[in-house]
Amino acid sequence: MSIKISETPTFECETGNYHTFCPISCVAWLYQKIEDSFFLVVGTKTCGYFLQNALGVMIFAEPRYAMAELEEGDISAQLNDYQELKRLCLQIKKDRNPSVIIWIGTCTTEIIKMDLEGMAPKLENEIGIPIIVARANGLDYAFTQGEDTVLAAMAHRCPEQENLIGNQQRNDKKSIEKLFSFLPIETDKRPKQSIINKKNRISLVLFGSLPSTVASQLSLELNRQSINVSGWLPAQRYTDLPILGNNVYVCGVNPFLSRTATTLMRRRKCKLIGAPFPIGPDGTRAWIEEICSVFGIEAQGLAEREQQIWESLRNYLNLVHGKSVFFMGDNLLEISLARFLIRCGMIVYEIGIPYMDKRYQAAELTFLQATCKKMCIPMPRIVEKPDNYNQIQRMRELQPDLAITGMAHANPLEARGINTKWSVEFTFAQIHGFTNAKDVLELVTRPLRRNNNLENLGWTDLVREG
Amino acid sequence: MKLAYWMYAGPAHIGTLRVASSFKNVHAIMHAPLGDDYFNVMRSMLERERDFTPVTASIVDRHVLARGSQEKVVDNISRKDKQERPNLIVLTPTCTSSILQEDLQNFVDRASTISDSDVILADVNHYRVNELQAADRTLEQVVRYYLEKARRQGNLNLSLTDKPSANIIGIFTLGFHNQHDCRELKRLLKDLGIEINQVIPEGGLVENLHKLPKAWFNLVPYREVGLMTAKYLEKEFGMSYISTTPMGVVDIANCIRQIQERINLLAPILLNEKVNYEPYIDEQTRFISQAAWFSRSIDCQNLTGKKAVVFGDATHAASITKILACEMGIRVSCAGTYCKHDEEWFNEQVQNFCDEILVTDDHTEVGDMIARIEPSAIFGTQMERHIGKRLDIPCGVISSPVHIQNFTLGYRPFLGYEGTNQVADLVYNSFTLGMEDHLLEIFGGHDTKEVITKSLSTDTDLTWNSESQLELNKIPGFVRGKIKRNTEKFARQNGVTEITVGIMYAAKEALNA
Repeated sequence: MSIKISETPTFECETGNYHTFCPISCVAWLYQKIEDSFFLVVGTKTCGYFLQNALGVMIFAEPRYAMAELEEGDISAQLNDYQELKRLCLQIKKDRNPSVIIWIGTCTTEIIKMDLEGMAPKLENEIGIPIIVARANGLDYAFTQGEDTVLAAMAHRCPEQENLIGNQQRNDKKSIEKLFSFLPIETDKRPKQSIINKKNRISLVLFGSLPSTVASQLSLELNRQSINVSGWLPAQRYTDLPILGNNVYVCGVNPFLSRTATTLMRRRKCKLIGAPFPIGPDGTRAWIEEICSVFGIEAQGLAEREQQIWESLRNYLNLVHGKSVFFMGDNLLEISLARFLIRCGMIVYEIGIPYMDKRYQAAELTFLQATCKKMCIPMPRIVEKPDNYNQIQRMRELQPDLAITGMAHANPLEARGINTKWSVEFTFAQIHGFTNAKDVLELVTRPLRRNNNLENLGWTDLVREG
Repeated sequence: MKLAYWMYAGPAHIGTLRVASSFKNVHAIMHAPLGDDYFNVMRSMLERERDFTPVTASIVDRHVLARGSQEKVVDNISRKDKQERPNLIVLTPTCTSSILQEDLQNFVDRASTISDSDVILADVNHYRVNELQAADRTLEQVVRYYLEKARRQGNLNLSLTDKPSANIIGIFTLGFHNQHDCRELKRLLKDLGIEINQVIPEGGLVENLHKLPKAWFNLVPYREVGLMTAKYLEKEFGMSYISTTPMGVVDIANCIRQIQERINLLAPILLNEKVNYEPYIDEQTRFISQAAWFSRSIDCQNLTGKKAVVFGDATHAASITKILACEMGIRVSCAGTYCKHDEEWFNEQVQNFCDEILVTDDHTEVGDMIARIEPSAIFGTQMERHIGKRLDIPCGVISSPVHIQNFTLGYRPFLGYEGTNQVADLVYNSFTLGMEDHLLEIFGGHDTKEVITKSLSTDTDLTWNSESQLELNKIPGFVRGKIKRNTEKFARQNGVTEITVGIMYAAKEALNA
């Protein structure tokens, strides 16, 4: 194997000629997460066709998103942008009556310098619906970073702490009750928990869009450590956005939320807890421990809990042990996934990643390094802005057991005998927390299990030479 | 600005990429922001392509926005030239990049001096044409480029092939059943003793394009793509073309008769004979294809006068309308297309075969039309299939836009004589499914979850008297079991032991309520 063993992470940067989804794809999961929202993507046919094709069947369920399709008159400024957007937003208000309209700026609005941020407050006053502007365009961002731009914009709309302390306590209570409706047995613990948070007047807000079941699973894990989550950015409804202020600690659940983190720190004066991300049992434990240590709490029973999860994964671990992985890189989950897979006993050759924020991901990178050392595995190379062509050449040489890649390359690689897993599935599957570690391995092992079924048929290489 | 949820035809660059990537050894470079290369995903997923899609992007990012592309595009072209050694590189602007108004032609000129490949700039206006128009234009552009090049280099070969031969123009990637249609067309031409000179763009080599004029005529099976090329070849080289789509028994015959006409213009001189395809048409129509017989059979009789709605691209919608109306006696309440640019032709084709015509690219208008007409079956695109699901009307998919389901592994042409069989199956299955549904509705609804008896055996405490037994036997076989179960369940609930005709109908009424 042509891989050098090194202790410290090596970062490389290639040409940026790689395949990923356009960041506007974030509307696909965000409109489902924020139930009273409407996403209006201001862009061209190209954007619309992408959403239509990438989101497949969802479009037929009368989605709460639409294109404001720019026509030649809009581009050449023959039409008044403000009047046009007003017309469309009034129609949306009439048909759907959302609590918030989110304008997604695209490459085209950037290039023609459409002043969405300037128009939004005016129009908001005129039509009486909050309008949030997120510039999720392919000029600046990749795939999941779209969510980052939306959440960063939304952070400005969260209510301010000072004015709302009275309400907050009521809210706290309510949210505790909500959480405990899942687990009635633990209700008697309630007073103790509230004390800890209330005494210090410190609240914890988590940021990152997760399916509501996963969000409550994570909240519950923290609750077991007597930490109360006072809110999520985003909440299930726009009208339930969490309270922010300088007494609020914030912690991210996804590795691609660096702008949101920056906004929360700089603009809303929140304190950021830098932790590895709760992906895999190792990540979840480290995440909880980091939060506990900030709150001065000794974490209870996490080692056993983690061990228990590893036990339950044994069948999967046997399958993946010693196998090699190559991340082509397209959704920024790569570092955390690679760290988890290394802990599972896999060898990672390369971690491609669209963009690497070494500050926001610092704890995760340190954890990756520690995991490599622990497992006695060389530190993989981390390739920012990868070049897919070069990567495929490298893969030819390395012949990894599994390539985690976008759909553009999956079938061609399979035809050449390289097992693949579509990276997009990791974005849509539930992968956070202790409970969902199984789902990650379910995804990772699927091609390997498929191979076990099709072994000995003699048709792995399915392309003609030359 | 337009509020849009869904579109029938994609943006222009998709058309260009579809044509470019259909040729062998042609590479397309998009001048586009990150994420616009989802064409690769579509091709790789829908067509289940084994090879890497020969499309890459020269990324437009912040830097490009600030300073222009400068060397980037030229570098990317020459890099690709070295990596893949393609015959041709097509630089493709996107709607985003076309607003930048960079001088892409200049990049192309510079790149072609340093690379071994030919380099051209796809010449389409992204705000005026859609995917299909762009594909048509790009195909013509590539053909023109190579024929003019050959003329300049003096290796244009204009002598006709010894035997009658044809070019098939317009088969390409992500086209609706195009691969199957192509195979069927080749078979049809072979049956007629005609050689295939070239098929373009699918699987074609640009190096061979200069031999296009050697064919006796061109066949353009689809309206959407290929006509511009055929017209160019006619104007420059006097090649005649046939654009009658050989779909449906009647139009296949029309198409073959036109081929006969073209061949008989040249055959007496070159071959000293004339061709007569009438016996072939007759044999195929009456005995090989099952569609003509099907139209006489009592199955088809039952479809007489049933209402249907047709919507799709111009080619398929027009052909299917004619098949339904003329070959099956089905009443087409509305025929429509989203090819607004071809409205005139479409109107002319279908005006005598349907009650009304709808030309629109707004799917809500199509949905409203279907809801208003309430046809027994819809023949449309994937969008109409979903409208049908919502309204409980069966739908046969006859045109793009398509879904992975429409890229079947099995052989499913729409053109040629085998195509007539496929179309007949599609039509018939759509209607009978609707009929079954309707019968189920009349005789007691859909599957109920409650189990009446644990065992499947028939010996129960209930007896059916002779009349009710007779009545039960009148019910069509496929719903009889369900009716029996429902009636027995009703009888038990009401403490009845002998089932009479009265009880049967009481049961039916109770279930309907």
